[in-house]
Amino acid sequence: MTEPEAILRMTGIRKEFPGVVALDDVDFRMFPGEVHALMGENGAGKSTLIKTLTGVHGIDAGTIELGGSAVSFAGPPEAQRAGVSTVYQEVNLCPNLSVAENIFIGREPRRFGRIHWAGMRRRAEVLLGALDLRLDVSAGLGSQSIAVQQMVAIARALDVSARVLVLDEPTSSLDAGEVEQLLKVLRSLREDGMAILFVSHFIDQVFAIADRMTVLRNGKLVGEYRTSDITPVELVTRMIGKELEVLDDLEESAHDRSDLAAAPVFLQADGLSRKGAVAPFSLEIRQGEVVGLAGLLGSGRTELARLLFGADHSDSGTLTVDGAVVPMRTPRAGMDHRIAFSPEDRKTEGLVGELTVRENIVLALQAARGWSRPLSRKRQDELAARYVAALDIRPTSPETLVRNLSGGNQQKVLLARWLITEPRLLILDEPTRGIDIGAKTEIQRLVAKLSGDGMAVLFISAELEEVLRLSHRVTVLRDRKVVAQLDNESLTADEIMSIIAEGSSA
Amino acid sequence: MSTLTRVKEYRPQQRHLPMIATLVLLVAAYGYGASQYPAFGSGQVVFNLFINYSWLLVVAIGMTFVILTGGIDLSVGSVVALSTVLSAELLTKHGWSAPAVIVLVLAVGALLGTGMGALIHYFEIQPFIATLVGLFFARGLCLTISTEAPSIDNAVFTSIAQTQIPLPGDSHVSISVVIALVVVVIAGYVLHYTRFGRTVYAVGGSEQSAVLMGLKVARTKVSVYALSGFCSALGGLLLVFYKLSGDPLSAIGTELDAIAAVVIGGTILSGGSGYVVGTVLGVLVLGMIQTLIDFDGTLSSWWTKIVIGALLFGFIVLQRLIARRAR
Amino acid sequence: MTGHRLFWPIAALVALLLVDLAVKPSFFSVELRDGHLYGSLVDILRLGAPLILVGIGMTLVVATRGIDLSVGSVVAISGALACLHLSGLGDQNSVGGTLVAVAMALGLCLALGAWNGFLVAVLGIQPIIATLILMVAGRGIAQLITDGQIITITSGPFRAIGSGYLLTLPLSILIALVVFVLTSVLVRRSALGLLIEAVGGNPEASRLSGLRSGRLIWLVYVFGGLCAGVAGLMISANTSGADANHAGLWIELDAILALTIGGTQLTGGRFSLGGTVIGALLIQTLTTTVYTLGIPDTATLLVKAMVVLLVCLVQSPAFRAKVRRRRKSPPPAPADRPVKVEVSA
Repeated sequence: MTEPEAILRMTGIRKEFPGVVALDDVDFRMFPGEVHALMGENGAGKSTLIKTLTGVHGIDAGTIELGGSAVSFAGPPEAQRAGVSTVYQEVNLCPNLSVAENIFIGREPRRFGRIHWAGMRRRAEVLLGALDLRLDVSAGLGSQSIAVQQMVAIARALDVSARVLVLDEPTSSLDAGEVEQLLKVLRSLREDGMAILFVSHFIDQVFAIADRMTVLRNGKLVGEYRTSDITPVELVTRMIGKELEVLDDLEESAHDRSDLAAAPVFLQADGLSRKGAVAPFSLEIRQGEVVGLAGLLGSGRTELARLLFGADHSDSGTLTVDGAVVPMRTPRAGMDHRIAFSPEDRKTEGLVGELTVRENIVLALQAARGWSRPLSRKRQDELAARYVAALDIRPTSPETLVRNLSGGNQQKVLLARWLITEPRLLILDEPTRGIDIGAKTEIQRLVAKLSGDGMAVLFISAELEEVLRLSHRVTVLRDRKVVAQLDNESLTADEIMSIIAEGSSA
Repeated sequence: MSTLTRVKEYRPQQRHLPMIATLVLLVAAYGYGASQYPAFGSGQVVFNLFINYSWLLVVAIGMTFVILTGGIDLSVGSVVALSTVLSAELLTKHGWSAPAVIVLVLAVGALLGTGMGALIHYFEIQPFIATLVGLFFARGLCLTISTEAPSIDNAVFTSIAQTQIPLPGDSHVSISVVIALVVVVIAGYVLHYTRFGRTVYAVGGSEQSAVLMGLKVARTKVSVYALSGFCSALGGLLLVFYKLSGDPLSAIGTELDAIAAVVIGGTILSGGSGYVVGTVLGVLVLGMIQTLIDFDGTLSSWWTKIVIGALLFGFIVLQRLIARRAR
Repeated sequence: MTGHRLFWPIAALVALLLVDLAVKPSFFSVELRDGHLYGSLVDILRLGAPLILVGIGMTLVVATRGIDLSVGSVVAISGALACLHLSGLGDQNSVGGTLVAVAMALGLCLALGAWNGFLVAVLGIQPIIATLILMVAGRGIAQLITDGQIITITSGPFRAIGSGYLLTLPLSILIALVVFVLTSVLVRRSALGLLIEAVGGNPEASRLSGLRSGRLIWLVYVFGGLCAGVAGLMISANTSGADANHAGLWIELDAILALTIGGTQLTGGRFSLGGTVIGALLIQTLTTTVYTLGIPDTATLLVKAMVVLLVCLVQSPAFRAKVRRRRKSPPPAPADRPVKVEVSA
């Protein structure tokens, strides 16, 4: 059987950002009448690849062919006119306009030179009807559920007569029924000959809908597979990969739980949950224990951690610290119980870019002391100097602006901020993501040392090897649920992968 | 039935709520006035509102466009004053003909607006600062051109100013009122029935989305400031028709009145939601408060400002509550 | 060198002063008469004092990502209340009575600042809208206090706030200096400055670091009100009266200009009180220069608009980028130290 002509063919794509190679010689192709899943963990290069396709970013090398002719778009609008429409995860429509307008704005049907509202509404109803969606199209988009907004975005893309439809994590905020509805629509579009690029972190959905998948890791192409030729476990293995370098000097005793059984429980969650974020879960962390959270992006691992710190407040359940039930509604409450939280997104949630390394390091401690009890400049300099040296932060001047630091050094600044508050529980959300190997090793070593000194650590990472190496216990999340809690004695990455992929303990 | 199909009960659209509140307030104020002062009940009181505030109405319409995109225009008062000064200067000292003056004044207003719009869009200078520079620039031009407030006796201008259009019920309005109402109708049409108008709303709703949807964001953003400059210049002309003089110190603080009228009319200051009709109601409310205070006779004029401030507070809190409930 | 954020404003200030010197060689001369300093430079400082005060308050507000449009109205209210109290005194020259007047005015300004802070920090209203309310209503309140009249006063102690001398220097300069020094010391010696910059720089990161931004935001609006109050006293003392209509008119705009020129971004975060003072002095010097050059003072606004536009353009990254592209400069020299590789997407 010969394959049909590819509608889209990207060859040898290379994209560099200052100091980073985001895509390195990536090939990607799509066929009409196929759903093609683009898979990879955070930082794998999925969104960069989509952005080079739609013209948000230019490419440094490679070619893009659409329908057999080379193209280079100046931006998403131009790509859309050529037939490549994108529906983003954060729906990029105008919530203040009506459903019908969001489909047609810029191309409104007109009569006698003016917008023909009645005609527009009729056409909108027809278009949405084709997606099996019946609603008042003159209602404001903002009052619709995310699922409906998603469908409206798809309808808009269809009306521009898209040949290639890009869906960037369309299902991340939909419930099960809504997902089923979306998949149904995608199947019917596929039958009409549309090429659909589908990005999702939900393995089930990918296997339910995709005909073919391309896996990226660290900006490189891992491979292209037919869905029928690959199992979920194989897919997850390819996405996460195996880390080759082994940390010899991480003592094996890190896994030794013998003295932990006697250690008092520091924090205990019972039935804690937050709607739309994470289903009710229970968890306990002992002093000196490292609990690893494993799961794919979007599995609820970050949301779980945020509840423990008070970054978000829970809808149900209780949290117990040192045996006493405590309300945990603000980050300040978390800090008062000596919990520290280093968030995943360093830039938007962690650091204040235009402040210096020193200022960022003392921020949490200073916030806890209040403005009227300043740390003296001498003390600040001491603290900054000590942690810059201890964590090997570069450049070594504490007066450098944080935004000028590399990702790894920024992460260390964030760690330093929390370490000087002497927390009893340190929550690290993806502390090693996007940083170089050297810094990564140092951070892992630090975590092992801190736990050895009696600090409890909740360690979140997409890299299973890393979770396994550091944790005494591993909690696995999948689709916003805790699906397994395992002692890490003879646990292997494969076992965890199959839980992540299949949702049950092996 | 699929899970996505949701049957919605009918309820008055929440985005209309502030405007409805303004209308209720306006009617209540009028009813109160009519019950207290016999002369208040005559239709002419309402028409006088239009006569006295037609110039502000036109300025506020321009401001509505700017605010709908999420911007702000502080320069309107100065541009109004500049228009009056230019008119007086060219008509009385340089003997220009009335049509030439009108065309020039409108062109200057639009040009100033375009300049500010370009600063905002292409050099990413905040609307607040860019139009502040415009405020100083236009007012500075006024004072440079003239420090006096000469009166105007041009035949065309005086005839426009003095013509009364009779209405049934022994009432009348001025030509300015007609001009202002034509502007209202055109603005309403443009916002509702043209792609430019809908893009104004889209930019105010989410500029990033508007760009991604391929809308002409740059052109729209510059255009609304040009439009606001044009409306301010036209408002200045109407003020000239009303006062028949060109005063470099006139219309100080007009930007505040215009913004207040727009907000009281239900337009949200962060952009994307509001109607021209609301702005008309907002201007009428401001005028009604002033008229009530005038009729009362014992209340001093500063109560106007205090009441407007209180109304602003009320409407902003109302908008907050609606936004919170919508979430 | 041009990279320092105060380079352009200082350069503009120096250039203006040099223009003055060229036109009027005696411009820099300062003489001591009756133990009082006189001279153009002293005048610039004296007349610029209210703007410096308002600017200092505004700088902290802006640093938290806020803005306070109401300061002009607060200036008017402060002067109005003080003058009203003074005009009712039997002996206007009584120091005690003057102090009561000052205390009443400043007390009211604190309350007005607290109102603004309440709207922003508690009700969560956008600062520009929240303070617009008091900007509109405040003028009315000031007129209500003065009953629409211009209240003139004769109180010697009160007028000293504007035109008195202490240790050869005009008292108003000393007041502005004291407020500047005290504020600088307070924000930089306590942790206030750091916390304000953190809240303005990244509100979410600050929240996750345990910062309670509500109180901080409240505090800066109260302080802004207080500064405006002092400036209001100074302005009414200078004119020996309270003019509810014109006192402090456009001072909020001038203050915002001053801090923008001084390198504080309207988007919040890093602030520079020294920069604001330089910005305020630049605005005042501009007025003086226009006068020295013999340009009719009516053109002051025009010149101001041009200079401000220039300074804002030079500081605008978008403008710089566009100019650079046009100039087709050679590619930047390679960095002399190896660039650390960051792997992230």
